[in-house]
Amino acid sequence: MKQMLQVVLIASVFVALCGRGQAASVKRIDALVREKQTQTGFPPSDICSDSVFVRRAYIDVIGTLPTADEVRRFLSNRNLNKRAELIDELLQRPEFADYWALKWCDLLRVKSEFPSNLWPNAVQAYQYWVRDAFKHNMPYDQFARALLTTSGSNFRDAPVNFYRPFQERTPRKIFDTVALIFMGVRLDKFGWTEEQMLGMDAFFAKIAYKKTAEWKEEVVYSDPEKKMIHPVTKEEVRPTPLGGVPLNLDPFADPRIAFADWLVAPDNPWFAQNIVNRIWFWLMGQGIIHEADDIRPDNKPWSPELLAYLRKELVDNKYDLKHIYRLILNSDAYQYSSIMTPENSGDIAGFSHYRARRLDAEVLIDAICQITGTGEEYSSPIPEPFTYIPASQRTVLLADGSIKSQFLEMFGRPGRDNSLESDRNNSVSVFQTLHLLNSSHIQKKIMNGPRLRKLMTSCQGNPERVNLLYLEILSRMPAPQEQKIALDYMATAEGGSSAGFYDLAWALINTSEFILKH
Amino acid sequence: MNAKTVPSLSITRRNALRLGMVGAAGMMLPNWLATKAAGALDPLKAKAKSVIQLWLWGGPCHLDTFDPKPDAGYDYFGKYDKPVATNVNGIRIGQELVKLAKMADKYSLLRGMTHGNGGHETASYMVMTGNKPADGIVNPSVGAVLSYKKGYSAGYTGLIPPYVALTKPQGRFSEAGFLGAKYQPFSTGGDPAKTPFAVEGVIADGISDERQQKRRELLGNLDTFSRTLEGQQIIEKMTKNKQDAYSLILGEAKNTFDLSKEPEALRKAYGQHTLGQSCLQARKLVEAGVPFVSINAQGWDTHKKHFEMMSQMLPQLDSALSTLLQDLSDRGLLDTTIVWCGGEFGRTPKIDWSAPWSGGRSHYGKAFSHLIAGGGFKGGQVVGETSLRGEEVVSRPIYPWDLTASIYEQLGIDPNGALPTPDGKLAFISPLADKTVKIESGGLLREIM
Repeated sequence: MKQMLQVVLIASVFVALCGRGQAASVKRIDALVREKQTQTGFPPSDICSDSVFVRRAYIDVIGTLPTADEVRRFLSNRNLNKRAELIDELLQRPEFADYWALKWCDLLRVKSEFPSNLWPNAVQAYQYWVRDAFKHNMPYDQFARALLTTSGSNFRDAPVNFYRPFQERTPRKIFDTVALIFMGVRLDKFGWTEEQMLGMDAFFAKIAYKKTAEWKEEVVYSDPEKKMIHPVTKEEVRPTPLGGVPLNLDPFADPRIAFADWLVAPDNPWFAQNIVNRIWFWLMGQGIIHEADDIRPDNKPWSPELLAYLRKELVDNKYDLKHIYRLILNSDAYQYSSIMTPENSGDIAGFSHYRARRLDAEVLIDAICQITGTGEEYSSPIPEPFTYIPASQRTVLLADGSIKSQFLEMFGRPGRDNSLESDRNNSVSVFQTLHLLNSSHIQKKIMNGPRLRKLMTSCQGNPERVNLLYLEILSRMPAPQEQKIALDYMATAEGGSSAGFYDLAWALINTSEFILKH
Repeated sequence: MNAKTVPSLSITRRNALRLGMVGAAGMMLPNWLATKAAGALDPLKAKAKSVIQLWLWGGPCHLDTFDPKPDAGYDYFGKYDKPVATNVNGIRIGQELVKLAKMADKYSLLRGMTHGNGGHETASYMVMTGNKPADGIVNPSVGAVLSYKKGYSAGYTGLIPPYVALTKPQGRFSEAGFLGAKYQPFSTGGDPAKTPFAVEGVIADGISDERQQKRRELLGNLDTFSRTLEGQQIIEKMTKNKQDAYSLILGEAKNTFDLSKEPEALRKAYGQHTLGQSCLQARKLVEAGVPFVSINAQGWDTHKKHFEMMSQMLPQLDSALSTLLQDLSDRGLLDTTIVWCGGEFGRTPKIDWSAPWSGGRSHYGKAFSHLIAGGGFKGGQVVGETSLRGEEVVSRPIYPWDLTASIYEQLGIDPNGALPTPDGKLAFISPLADKTVKIESGGLLREIM
C-alpha cells in the first residue's frame, strides 16, 4: 500500500514538474521495466526512503556525499516533486562535470606515463576539455565527433589526444579502441570478418604524428600520402563502413570525418545504443546489455524494448545526455530500495532492487575528506621539478591516472590501461577493511580533521553531536536505539566524551552503510 | 604482446593454447582448465618457496656495484678504482661492498642484463613483469603472479597477504596488471627502522588492544545496515573481511611485524636504517610463509652527486644484503628463498662531469647487473660479460624475461603457463612461451639453476 502510494505520488510529481513530455517518457520506462519484471517473475522492492534517495542521488550523479545541511534541506522540503527537483539541481552542479569527466578519462586512458604516455601538459588539457564538454552539456554526437576528427597539437587541441595513448599506433589498434568506447564492442568477440575490420581500419590509416620544437609536443594530423594496404592482395583498402560499400573519398579528404559521419548518424545501430546502455550501467550497476562494453549478437539485452526506447529518446533529443540521466534517475527502477524481498532475492540480471555497491575509490576518499575537513596530497614526479597538487582539490578532479596513492590503488581505481569498464574494481577486500579500520592515514583524518573538531566543539551536548555525525556521515538521523548506543559509549569512553566522539565518527565511517552506495 | 586472437575456430586446442587465447566464449572454460593443468610444473620439484626482491628504484650503476671496470679509466670508475676481491676466485665487486665480498659463494652476479630502454616506467615494467610493453594489456609483476599462483586461491592461508611491499609500492605502473586489485601488493607504509613499525592498517600506534576491542564492539552495535541487508553477497564479504582484519590486528600475526624482539646485534648487523630493517622484516615475513616480499629501496636515480650518494648508500646496501643472505642461510631458509637484487636499468658508464650533473650518471638500459641468490640458484658464479667499459654486453645477454622465467621455474611455476586477462583471453606468463612472436633472448639461466 505504502509503495503504491509512493508510486502514485512520484507519478503525480512528474506531471507537475517536468512537463508532460518527460513525465510520459519516464512512465514509459517504468512500464517497460514492470513488464519485464512480470515476465521474469521478480516483483520490485519498495521505493527507497527520502534519506536513502538523497544520499544515493548525490553519490551517483555528482560523486559527492551530501553535507548535513543538504540532507536536512531535502528532508524538510515538503514539495511533492522534490526528488525530481533534486535531480535537476544535481545535473546542474559543477561536480556533475567533474565526476563524469573522471569516468570518461578512465575510458580515454588519460595518464601521463606508461602505457598511455600522454605527458602531463596533455593530460591537463585533455581532462579540462572533457570536463568542459560535460559542464556545457555538449551534445554527445559533437563530443564524439570532436574526439574522432580533431587535428592539431596535443597541448593546444586537446581532443587529438584521443589518438595518442597507444603503444602501437596502428589503424587496427585505433579501431579496436574506437569500437570499444563508442560502439561498446570488443573486436575479437563480435565476430566481424577480417575483411570487414580492414575496411574499418582504413578510416584510421591516414593518421600521422609529428614532433614540434616544443618538448613533448606532438601534432596529430591526416597525411594524404598514407594508405591502408591489404596484407594479402597488397592493394589499397578503401574505407568501408560495416555492412556498406567501399567509399570513394577524395584522396585529400580526412577519412576520419567520413567515419564520424557514419558513426553518429541517427540510424547507426551502435552509437546511441552504446551510450544509453553505459549510462544505465553507470547508474544502476548493471547494463541492460551486460557487460556494457561487450555488445555482441549472443549477449542479449535484459529488455530490448527498454534499450531501444532509451536509444530513441537520445536521438530524438539531439543527443542530450542529461536528458537520459534525468529519465533514468526519475524512474522507479532507479529509486527502488536496495533491500531485497523474498520474492526478488534471486534477481541477478534484472532491476527489481537497487544494487548496493562500494563507493568508487575517489568518491570514498573525497567523502572521508569532506566529513573530516582534510585533503589528500598528490604529486607527480614528472616533469621535474615535481608537481604537487593542492590538498584542497578533490580526488575526483585528479586528472592524471599516473598520479597514484596507496588508497586509490587499494580501492580499485582503474589503471586506465585498457578502456574496459572492468578496469575499475569496486569489490571489497581485507586490505581495504584494514585500512579503514586501523590505518594512520584514516585515523589522522578523524583525530586531526578541523571539520570534525569544529563539530565537536560547536555543538551543544552529546545528543546534538550524535545527530550531526549521523547526518554528515550516513546522511540520516540516528534511530533512537542507535542514539542510545552512541550516547552510552560517549559517556563511558576512556578519555572522555571527546574521545568517544571521535570513536563514534570512526565507527560510522566503518559501517557498510557508509562504504556502500545503496 | 602475448594475448593473441585466434584467427579462426578451426584451430586445434593445442594451437589455441600456444596462442594463449581462446576465440569464443563457449570454448573458454575447458581450454582454460586444460591450460591450467598443462601450465603447472610439479610443485614437488619447486626449489624455491619465496622471493625477496630488493628493488633498487632508480637504477644502480653496475660499474660501482656488481660489475666493476678498473681498466676503463677515471671517467668511468671515478673514485672507485679499487674493486674488492671476493671469496670466490676471480670475482671482484665494487669496493664499497666489502661484506658482500666475503660471501660471493652464496650468490651469483648477472652481468649480462640488458633491455636497451632508458625510461624509468618502461624499464621498470620490463624488469618487474618480464614482458615487453604492448597495447591493451598490462602484465602483472612477478610478485602479483606469485600472489595468484601461490596465494589464497592456491591454498595459502596466512593472514598476512601473500605479496608484501616494504614500505611503498613501486608505483610506476599497476603491479597487479591485468590480474586486478586482488593481487596487488600489500604496502606496509610506516618505517621498520622506527619502533613500533606502524604497518598501515595492522599496527596502530597509540591505540591499545583494549580500546581496539571497545571500538570493535561499538562498530558491531552500530552497523545496523549490515543486518538489514544480511544475506547479500557484498555484505557477507564485508563481514568476513572485518573478522579477518581483526584477527590480524589483535592476533598473533602482528608479532611478525614486531622487530623489537629480534636480537639487538642482528638488528645492528642489518643496519639501523630503513633498508637494513626492511631486509630483516623481509626475512621474518618469509619465515612466516609469505611468498613474495618486495623491498622498494629508493634513491638510486643519481643524476647528480652520484659518488656522494654512493658512499652513503652502498655501505647500507652492503650491510643489509649481506646480513640478509647470512641470516637466511643460518636459518636454513636460503635454499628455499630467492633473493633478487637490482633495479630497472644501470647507469651511464661514462661519468658526466659537466654542470649541472657535476659527476653524475644517467639512465642506462643497454647493460646492467643484478644479483641473485638462493632458492636453487647456484652461488659463486658470474653470468654474462660486458665490454671493457661496461657499455655493452659482449657475451651471454640476459633479458628481463630470461631472468623472470628462470625465477618462475625455480618456484615450480611453468613460464609457459597462462594467466586469465579481464577480457576473457589468456596471456602467457612469459613472452618466451609465445612461439608466434620473436623476442630477443639469451635463454634461461641454466648455468646457475
